Amino acid sequence: MTSTGIALVASGFRGFARHLGGVMGADAYAKYLEHHRSAGHQEAPMSEREFWRDRTDRQDTNPQGRCC
Amino acid sequence: MAGAPDERNSGSRAEGGLATDPDLPPPAVDEARLEAEDRKWTPAKIALWAAIALMGGVAWFMLAIIRGETVNAIWFVFASVCTYLIGYRFYSKVIERYITKPDDRRATPAEYKADGKDYVRTDRNVLFGHHFAAIAGAGPLVGPVIAAQMGYLPGTIWIIVGVVFAGAVQDYLVLFFSMRRGGRSLGQMAREELGVIGGTAALIATLLIMVIIVAILALVVVNALGESPWGVFSVGMTIPIALFMGVYLRYLRPGKVMEVSIIGFVLLMAAIIGGGLVAQTEWGATVFHLDKVTIAWGLIMYGFIAAILPVWLLLAPRDYLSTFMKIGVIVMLALAIIVVRPEVNVPAFSEFAGRENGPVFSGALFPFLFVTIACGALSGFHALISSGTTPKLVEKERQTRYIGFGGMLMESFVAIMALVAAISIDRGLYFAMNAPAALTGGTVETAATWVNSLGLAGVNISPDLLSETARNVGEQSIVSRTGGAPTLAVGLAHIMHQFVGGTAMMGFWYHFAIMFEALFILTAVDAGTRVARFMLQDSIGNFVPKFKEASWRPGAWLCTAIMVLAWGAVLLMGVTDPLGGINTLFPLFGIANQLLAAIALAVCLAIVAKRGTFKYLWMVALPLAFAAVVTITASYQKIFSSTPAVGYFANNAAFSKALADGKKEFGTAKSVAAMEAVVRNTAIQGWLSVIFVVLSIIVIATAVLATAKAFRDRAAGTATTDNEDPAVPSRVFAPAGLAPTTAERELAAEWGNVPADARVERAGH
Repeated sequence: MTSTGIALVASGFRGFARHLGGVMGADAYAKYLEHHRSAGHQEAPMSEREFWRDRTDRQDTNPQGRCC
Repeated sequence: MAGAPDERNSGSRAEGGLATDPDLPPPAVDEARLEAEDRKWTPAKIALWAAIALMGGVAWFMLAIIRGETVNAIWFVFASVCTYLIGYRFYSKVIERYITKPDDRRATPAEYKADGKDYVRTDRNVLFGHHFAAIAGAGPLVGPVIAAQMGYLPGTIWIIVGVVFAGAVQDYLVLFFSMRRGGRSLGQMAREELGVIGGTAALIATLLIMVIIVAILALVVVNALGESPWGVFSVGMTIPIALFMGVYLRYLRPGKVMEVSIIGFVLLMAAIIGGGLVAQTEWGATVFHLDKVTIAWGLIMYGFIAAILPVWLLLAPRDYLSTFMKIGVIVMLALAIIVVRPEVNVPAFSEFAGRENGPVFSGALFPFLFVTIACGALSGFHALISSGTTPKLVEKERQTRYIGFGGMLMESFVAIMALVAAISIDRGLYFAMNAPAALTGGTVETAATWVNSLGLAGVNISPDLLSETARNVGEQSIVSRTGGAPTLAVGLAHIMHQFVGGTAMMGFWYHFAIMFEALFILTAVDAGTRVARFMLQDSIGNFVPKFKEASWRPGAWLCTAIMVLAWGAVLLMGVTDPLGGINTLFPLFGIANQLLAAIALAVCLAIVAKRGTFKYLWMVALPLAFAAVVTITASYQKIFSSTPAVGYFANNAAFSKALADGKKEFGTAKSVAAMEAVVRNTAIQGWLSVIFVVLSIIVIATAVLATAKAFRDRAAGTATTDNEDPAVPSRVFAPAGLAPTTAERELAAEWGNVPADARVERAGH
């Protein structure tokens, strides 16, 4: 009984953490890989380090507003 | 599976059929089924909505009709939440049905332009949070606090009713129309729909408005940090913390966003606690005790450096920190208000509701209350977000109602909570904090005397309360801490200390609130400067093509410097203004923001008319007309009013005359230099108002002309040009709202059986 309760709380917490990660954009690389795979690109995907570099560097020339 | 996809998609509201892949389940819930789900009223459903309506009605009755000594804060929560639910369930559905008419058989830009980077299909609940974090900042936390001068009811009604009929409508429409155009920006849409003149006016207005908004947000931070060693230390520490996070993410552990955000959050808390300790030491109190002018210059230099540094080093990490704090703070505020349920002793309409010379902001209730509260009720700035990142991430068309309309309702709720926090503090304290030093005299004794002389019902404040509150929150003084942020921080500390920590924790909670407001604002300042710089570069690039190259350093630096100097000048003007700064400048912030909303709604009006939806055009015309009337009236009064407290030029003339008469002091200006400053400031503010209102009238006029032309074309049977991207059949499905309906769940299950590689077309690019 208690173990299922703990499991429930744990899965709820994991779900919340995943959601929060999504809101913050922490899953961007995973989504990029998924896209790369499903789009059938021939060349190898960017490594995680390359991807995040590319992501912030592109923001240098394409800024996004933040509201007041 | 019942029936072929073509049959299932019949009876659609959308114009023209779209051939979806017959090998896949339909990408949209059958129209008839959708209709049936909406229209079917089971007894349980009727009971639920009756209960919501009843609850909301009782809450509004308690707020608006019952005139007791106090009113409990919980009624604000019920009145707002019930109204939002009804507005969302009924009003936004009418907009969806008759104006936007989303079609889930069409792929969104996130699907047909998918690149795994900017265009990514995003889970609707995640995107809701993302969009909310992008639109909500310090604005909804500040405006309602300042507007509380007039009592709680005018602000409460405007925030709750305004969001349903104006703010949320704007956000939803801009998001939807931008999504249909591949995520194009508001400026691009204005040019397409309104032509060169309207488009150019919209662009210049947007640029100027951004300068004003950044300047006044910066002014709020400066006012919160002036003469506050604790605040200066802890907010200053956010810079090294963000730099550390940036390096961590770039070199040490790339992509570990959650990890670094948690580390950053812990460091931030340490900075707040450390700030308290540092401010108690003698050297700390000396080193970090800075006057407002110094802080303003620091902020201007910071703004320039931050805007030319690479994004990864400062902006991106602080953005993570800001998002993390935003969600945490709002959950905390909501919990605290629901648990503590503070009693509010502010009257529904205060003594200043019927006057135009209030000390916190000047001008009569109409129109100035409606510009003082912009964010939370109707915020034009959102149109820039709703036509920026979010439309490129939406998974299905029907989700735009939940994200656009629903996201804005959420921001409105934040504004309501800020209002509750501000009005739960003593009223005398409120006026002592929010009136300019020119009125309060700056000391606890003079401030208490001045507040008591106002003759406010039930207000009798002692100098001791002012100094005790300052001591409790760890500040040297709280007299004339204008700008809204310190008042909200005192309110939050007042509520939170009853919840966690007692009086000993009040200093922490106060600086926690100052910290998150400063964090939101600094992010907005940095991002706003960057966006404005690019807009300027783009505009100059039309004449000098070299400026269009974003990577050309001299051009980028020059344009950054111009933008920083522009907002820096307004900021310094506000900081040194002998009349108090916030009370004269804040209305300009609201007017600018609302004029941007009028521009966004004008563009939407033209688009809706071109789509041939004339019967329900009023749903766009209503908020547009209201925003136009409010802002144009406010601008008119700011320009032409003969009351010096309201009219910039009247004030200008009064001070010019005093100078010409050889007076050495006049009104609140105690020297010739101060009088000259007033003459200069009022002239600049006055001309800014003139420019804004002229540009906005041009945009609105071109939109009305475009609407009339669409009407004539439709009557004559001429085809109108549609600037939407071509429809591409969708190959994915996802539910539209927070929780899936039965039909959506069934369809999602059908999609679950499709092998993953069959779902997405191999574009092979």
